[in-house]
Formats: sequence, C-alpha cells, structure tokens
Amino acid sequence: MNNGTPSNAAPAGAAAGPVLDITGLSKRFGAHEVLRGIDLEIARGERIAILGASGSGKSTLLRCLNFMETPTTGRIRLDGVAIGKAGNSETERRYDERELTAVRQRIGMVFQQFNLFPHMTVVGNVMEGLRTVLGQPAGKARERALAELERVGLSEKAGQYPARLSGGQKQRVAIARALAMDPGILLFDEPTSALDPELVGEVLRVIRSLGDEGRTILLVTHEIGFAFHFATRVLFLADGRIVESGPPEQVLRHPQDPRTQSFLAGHREFHF
Amino acid sequence: MNHNWDFATVFANLDVLWVGAIGTLQLFAICAIVGLALGLFIGLWRQSANWLVRLPATAFVEFFRNTPVLVQILWFYFALPILSPFEISPLLAAALGISLNSAAFTGEIVRGGILSIDRGQWEAARAIGMTPGAAMRRIVLPQALRRMIPALTNRLIEIFKMTTLASTVAYAELLQQGKLLSSLHFNPIETYTVIGVIFFLALFPLVQLTYLIERRLARADA
Repeated sequence: MNNGTPSNAAPAGAAAGPVLDITGLSKRFGAHEVLRGIDLEIARGERIAILGASGSGKSTLLRCLNFMETPTTGRIRLDGVAIGKAGNSETERRYDERELTAVRQRIGMVFQQFNLFPHMTVVGNVMEGLRTVLGQPAGKARERALAELERVGLSEKAGQYPARLSGGQKQRVAIARALAMDPGILLFDEPTSALDPELVGEVLRVIRSLGDEGRTILLVTHEIGFAFHFATRVLFLADGRIVESGPPEQVLRHPQDPRTQSFLAGHREFHF
Repeated sequence: MNHNWDFATVFANLDVLWVGAIGTLQLFAICAIVGLALGLFIGLWRQSANWLVRLPATAFVEFFRNTPVLVQILWFYFALPILSPFEISPLLAAALGISLNSAAFTGEIVRGGILSIDRGQWEAARAIGMTPGAAMRRIVLPQALRRMIPALTNRLIEIFKMTTLASTVAYAELLQQGKLLSSLHFNPIETYTVIGVIFFLALFPLVQLTYLIERRLARADA
C-alpha cells in the first residue's frame, strides 16, 4: 500500500478531519468486558494522555487501535477510511490480515517491555522494518536507522546487542524502531513502567521532543506529572469507559467524576 | 565364565563391517536431513491458523509418536508393497520409518521452541507492519532455533542409534553386517562387542560437541 512512499503520514487533503475516529469500540475477553463503548475523535497533532486504574481498559484501548487486539465491536476510521469490512451484525466488523498489516505501518507502538529483537544489533532492530516491510536496500535503511538513533541519543550503541543496554536505552531504541517507519500516529503503552526510577527521565525527554515536533501521540501512563505538562488532552478511563476528558488543567486540577478524584488523591498521597 | 575371547575373526573381516559402516552413515544422512527438515515444517504447520494445515500435521505427529519405529519399518517393508505399485527396498523402508518418526518428534521440538518465544516479540514484529510470515521467519524462528539446538542434536544422536533397526529388514548397516559375521564365524560375543565400541567411538565425540554448543549458547544468552 504505502510501500516506497517516503512517509506513512496522512495523504494530502485528509488533514481536515480527525486522524483517528473511534465509535462504539468495545472489547470482550470471554465473559469479561474490558471496553464498554468508547467514542473518541483525535485530531492531527494532539497529544493524548490516557489515565486510569489498572484494569480500567486503558492499555486494551491502545492495543485495539493498532489491532494488537481485535475489537469486539465498533469502528475505527484512520484518516477518514474505516478499517475492516462490515461483519455479520451491525456493530461487528471483519478484519483482513493484509489490511491490518498496512494499518500498523501507519500507527507505531512502543511497549512497556520494550520487546527489542535480542538476536539483532541496535541498528539492526531499527532497520528491520525498513528492510523487511518497506523493502529498502541495506545502505539506505542503515542511514535512516542511524539518523533515528541519533535523535534518541544512542548513535554510539548502534553495533551493540540489546542485552548490553540499560532499560532506558532499550526503550529509546524501541522508540527509534517505531519512528523509522514514519508512522502518522504513535502509541506509547506505559513506556516507563518497567524502568528504574532514575531511567524514567531520559525516556520521557525523548517522548516530549516528539510532541514538540507536532506528532500525534497517545500515551498510556502513570506519570501524572508528565501527562500534565505533555498532553493537550487527558482521558480518564474507568470500567472500560471514558469517564472524563479534557485539557490537563481541567481533568487533573479540577476533576468532576468521583473516580477521577479518588484516583488522583491516591497518587498525591505521598507527594512532598 | 570361561569364554575364550578371540577377536581375530572379527578383525580379519573388517571389510564386512566397513560396508556396514557406510550403510549406517548413508541411512543416518538421509534420516537426519529428511527428519529434521520435515520436522521443521511439521512444527510450523502444527501452529497454522488454518485447520486444513494444522489438523493433518497434528494427526501425523500423533500417529508417528504413538507407534514404535520398529513396527513402522516392518510395515513399510512388508505391507506397503502390497498397497503401492512400486517396490520397497530395505533402505527405503528403514529411511521412511526412521525419518517420519524423527520428523514427528522434531516437529514437537520446533513447536515447543516457537511457543517458548515471548509474545512480545510477535507483537513488536507485527507493530512495525510485518506480515505473520515475516515475523516468524525474521524474528521468532531465529530465536527459537537457537533454543532448540540442544534438543535437535539429541535427536540426531537418537537417529544415529535408530539406524540399527534397519537390520530387521536386512539392510546392510553395521548391526546387520555384524549379525552376518557372527553367524558365519560363531563369534557373536566379540562381534557385538566391536560393534558397540564402534558406535560409542562415533557418538561420544558428537555428544561432547553438543555439550560445547550448549555451553556457548548459554554464554551468549547471558
């Protein structure tokens, strides 16, 4: 689909509408309903922080957006185009693996556990998508990969294997790997939750610099302070629903929903 | 306990055992290549999303894992010619039995190796837009194969020893040639002693090599 074009960002002309438009999204695991009807429009350049207690469905929401999980019901439009085909019922959709593979090239994801490829060097990790997915020649892919590593401050680690890196460095490589594919949207699934506290800062600084470039970013996080300064919009999820949504100042300073209030109170308990 | 050990008749007929050694190596080479290669595909097919692929592979594994190799060899030699238009040589019967049996066990090793790879590796591969096939080929399988190496070398050692079963259909491998010698010279004690020693001398270095590989892999993982 996008193979060969220099960028997976939006085609010209699509800029007006929302880059992602989610309606009636739900996800069930057996009898357990994790998401219960999510409606969400995301404009280009928005930086959305998704907060909520564990089990509230925030990671599942993120994982449904690049189809790491298949939504049970609902429709996701990417740049105005609905993904999948109408299914048996009105709310269900069927997804073709090839279409999803193309969609994922346009929606990058960074995982809590980094998930670097341990059998490849750092630069090999970042090149892999360019080589295997986009079919770029090795020289060109390496050049691009090194540029992405430069951006996350890890050029000097290019030839090392991931096992030799710290957690913070691993996560920065994972970010470079996602960036190399030129995704129009970036998803961060608790990118600092697996890190020692002293390594959190270096990863958050990289994410902030991506925000400064005007990228569209969705971030699931427990770093409320970072969310406050970084996000253009904060969503608070509880029981698989968005119970509060708005600018950080409004949601984090003056929460209206009692669940948001008690969640934030819990996070503030040991502040000094 | 008054056996008069006499290896002279064995050593005078080393050329007979030489023929057997060549036969053993031939059968081993065929079974090792076919068994491991087919096993790799069986292991992959066992996990296919398509049940038309998965079900036959599963049936294959269950059938060949749950019947003795010796019975399979005898069946291929005596029963298959009745059902098929072509002739079945002792080599073909033995190679079929041992290869297919090994493929079934190798398939289980491959399946286990693939399942042992963290789900996050799949997700990371899919998240950069890799197809399921590319994710398997580039990301999961290379890591899984490394983990499988100790189990696969074990399988090779098993295959080497299983080649002796071909003597039941009179294929000229080491044990069969030994049987021949011992019936001609009435020296089964000496002949089978020599054959046991030959197998030991062939396999012992191979086993040491697997230890070496295991140690190197363990070091590389650290």
